[in-house]
Amino acid sequence: MHLGVSESMRECEYSQISTRSSTPMETPFKKKIPKKRKWESFPGRNKFYCDGRIMMAKQTGVFYLTLVLILVTCGLFFTFDCPFLAEHLTPVIPVVGGVLFVFVLGTLLRTSFSDPGVLPRATPDEAADLERQIDVANGSTGYRPPPRTKEVVINGQTVKLKYCFTCKIFRPPRASHCSLCDNCVERFDHHCPWVGNCVGRRNYRFFYMFILSLSFLTIFIFAFVITHIILRSSHRGGFLNALKDSPASVLEVVVCFFSVWSIVGLSGFHTYLISSNQTTNEDIKGSWSSKRGKDNYNPYSHGNIVTNCCAALCGPLPPSLIDRRGFVYLDTPQLAPPTNGITVYGSTQSQQSHMAAATPLLQQQSSEPVIITASPENGGALPSRTSLGLGGPCTSLPLGQPTPATSTASLSCQESTDMLPVHAHAHSHNHSRPLQDQVAHHHFLTPEDLPSPPGMLPCNTPLGHSHTVQAGFYNPASQDSLHEDSVRGLVKLSSV
Amino acid sequence: MATTDLNCSEFHNDQIATLSTHSLQELQHPVVSTKVFIQRDYSSGTLCKFQNKFPAELESRLDRQHFEETIQTLNNLYAEAEKLGGKSYLEGCLACLTAYTIFLCMETQYEKVLRKVARYIKEQNEKVYIPRSLLLTDPIERGLRVIEITVFEDRGFVPTS
Repeated sequence: MHLGVSESMRECEYSQISTRSSTPMETPFKKKIPKKRKWESFPGRNKFYCDGRIMMAKQTGVFYLTLVLILVTCGLFFTFDCPFLAEHLTPVIPVVGGVLFVFVLGTLLRTSFSDPGVLPRATPDEAADLERQIDVANGSTGYRPPPRTKEVVINGQTVKLKYCFTCKIFRPPRASHCSLCDNCVERFDHHCPWVGNCVGRRNYRFFYMFILSLSFLTIFIFAFVITHIILRSSHRGGFLNALKDSPASVLEVVVCFFSVWSIVGLSGFHTYLISSNQTTNEDIKGSWSSKRGKDNYNPYSHGNIVTNCCAALCGPLPPSLIDRRGFVYLDTPQLAPPTNGITVYGSTQSQQSHMAAATPLLQQQSSEPVIITASPENGGALPSRTSLGLGGPCTSLPLGQPTPATSTASLSCQESTDMLPVHAHAHSHNHSRPLQDQVAHHHFLTPEDLPSPPGMLPCNTPLGHSHTVQAGFYNPASQDSLHEDSVRGLVKLSSV
Repeated sequence: MATTDLNCSEFHNDQIATLSTHSLQELQHPVVSTKVFIQRDYSSGTLCKFQNKFPAELESRLDRQHFEETIQTLNNLYAEAEKLGGKSYLEGCLACLTAYTIFLCMETQYEKVLRKVARYIKEQNEKVYIPRSLLLTDPIERGLRVIEITVFEDRGFVPTS
């Protein structure tokens, strides 16, 4: 955890320089406070491992299922089918299989463990500044709910930027707030329970490589297991005898048969998305479809398929914006009263923003010397986000439960937020669907532009702070209750 | 992956350390008067670009020209980071072929540019902003959402330059 004595020494120097007044508890305590890394006080609903190096969504059950399915099927293939095939056909088969397997696993882990492109939440000062600007634009009567959208023209198309109540920022174009992870993610594609993470700007290429290589792997295993059984039955004189010799092959065939339809379909769908430079979200909403209007086109597309593909797969990889392994520094100049340095999370943040809206912040603060030094209270008070005990049933996405689309149509919000249906992945009843419905095969939760579910029903959560605070100052009571209702609806849908 | 993140956090910490030590040593009684936020300009899409509009709060402190030069240089640097060209494609393909293990020894194009940005901001702070009781915060500290300019009260300040 500690980077060594040098870090704490440097910190001591800081506090000595900056201490001109204020809190009695500083330097003597500084040395004893263990250094906290930023991931420990991360406000989103993510899980971190390996001291912040690995980042995943909260619900990872389905990810382990994916892993088990892949490992077991490949394990059985290499153990039971490969020896026969290597002997009777060519040893190249296990080698190619091995390469594919390693590639699949590598891309899966890379997708699951990396930061999808999470946008860090606004600092209290930023949030206050934005709110002030909104008030000014609105005429600040106080009762009319202020506009929460900004319009911007991108390459000739008008795009609406929505304000995120949870993160207190205007979302960049193509970003969306994932309600499961409670983060705004750049170029949000979807939240994939199979990989246990959101798919966004930073891990989309890994996700695509994963499903592409998995398609090849499933087809490969399927083809060669069938070949194996056929060859064996011709050697052993009987199909049933061959099956008796190699019972594992049956299991492999079954798994591969059902996987092929969904995975290959999904790969095809994402290939289309990449070539037209759209996200799953945009495609489902039909944001750039010509059906919306004659002049509707995708402003982000580079014009041709090749450039779009290259940009998505081989373009520069942006770094993580959340700096999970950085240390929380406690003595940066701040406007707001005792906060914890650069990043302020949880209840402290909502309190600050509440104060910011309620009082003319600047006049109040300028009279105080504001170089904040660490105080053990503040250090200890940060809620440890990673250990929030949100109830499991709220956010689990069970398999095999088709969600009727009509139930989402009834949920409407004033702000034209979009509730998107949760598509359930059901092996049993998706085969009859036409090819254009392939997207339904993939069990994902497409993003909805609502504030994070503040009161995930059965679960009591401190995230509720942000909700109560916003209800407090803007008084869009009806708006909030509509939001809550629609969020409850989503939660109910997902927990069906 | 691990090294990348370590580099990021190291240089964040270094930068904060340098900036804070630097600014705090030069300002005798640092009192924050206000903070000005330069928001992102999305008119060219999702590219990282900041608005060039000169904020009213800085009128008394800073020349329009200095400000615009800073913002323009930053915008150019970020454009370089996200540029799609032969070099970035090569890097992408190479990375894919080596299963992204190449990033254990090599820095991505973006990270190289972020270092340049950090150096530029430090230099601008030393030359232009701190002498005027202002402090530029590297946008990476704010998730590339805003450029934060902290305006200190002009009290008992002794310029060192």
